[in-house]
Amino acid sequence: MVPLWWNIVLGVALFVIGAGGVLLRRNILVVLMSLELLLNSVNINFIAFGHYYADSRGQIFAIFVIAITAAEVAVALGILVALVRNTSTLRADDVTLLKG
Amino acid sequence: MVQGLYLLFGAASVVTALTLVLARNPVHSALALMACFLQVSAIFVLLEAPLLAVIQIFVYVGAIMVLFIFVIMMVDVREAVLQRFLPGSNLPALVLLVLLGTEMLVLVLWSGAFSVTPPPAGGEGIALRQLGTTLFAEYLLPFEVASVILLAALVGAIVLAQKEPR
Repeated sequence: MVPLWWNIVLGVALFVIGAGGVLLRRNILVVLMSLELLLNSVNINFIAFGHYYADSRGQIFAIFVIAITAAEVAVALGILVALVRNTSTLRADDVTLLKG
Repeated sequence: MVQGLYLLFGAASVVTALTLVLARNPVHSALALMACFLQVSAIFVLLEAPLLAVIQIFVYVGAIMVLFIFVIMMVDVREAVLQRFLPGSNLPALVLLVLLGTEMLVLVLWSGAFSVTPPPAGGEGIALRQLGTTLFAEYLLPFEVASVILLAALVGAIVLAQKEPR
């Protein structure tokens, strides 16, 4: 039986690494992949607590998180393809259309 | 045994996640993320959630990462390989990350609620039948909403990615 705080520490480590990827990298593709890592670290916590309290709702919420992640990735990659077709850049600093 | 395997998979997932963030080439990042998802699904097996482990492999490794690699194939990533990447160049973000990590660790490890409290009665694990019954009885409406969201996202992605009519 794995102690619960191991799961939390693993979730924190993956979350901080993913947030570092979102904040520090300037490549849009790598930023999107780091977002996947963030959502996955949250899933670890859901399943760990569901296992700890013998409650099936942790797994159910993890399933919902995975479904919403799939939708988010589909839309984000569609936007990315349209963006690359129009501006042919992958740097997040070059995309400031909403800045006014 | 389980603890040793957990440590092994956890360390491998952290290493591959670091590779994802630090790799210069987006293709290497995608492969590292795929390896990280496999480690996390192994951790799900250790946490007695085999259904989630299979869903993780099918959806993340099978669908999402293939989508990422298709997009990497479609766009030109050679420019991204050449551009500079300095982790120390953005000092406020680094400080924010260190503060975030230490805050979460300190709050969790000092509270003592997660290491002292014994699990409540039961503890024989979650049966797959119970999981399915709860999902399709109690959470039927969120399930249907999630499927509608997925459909809308697929249609939206097709509309966004197609060429504009002239």
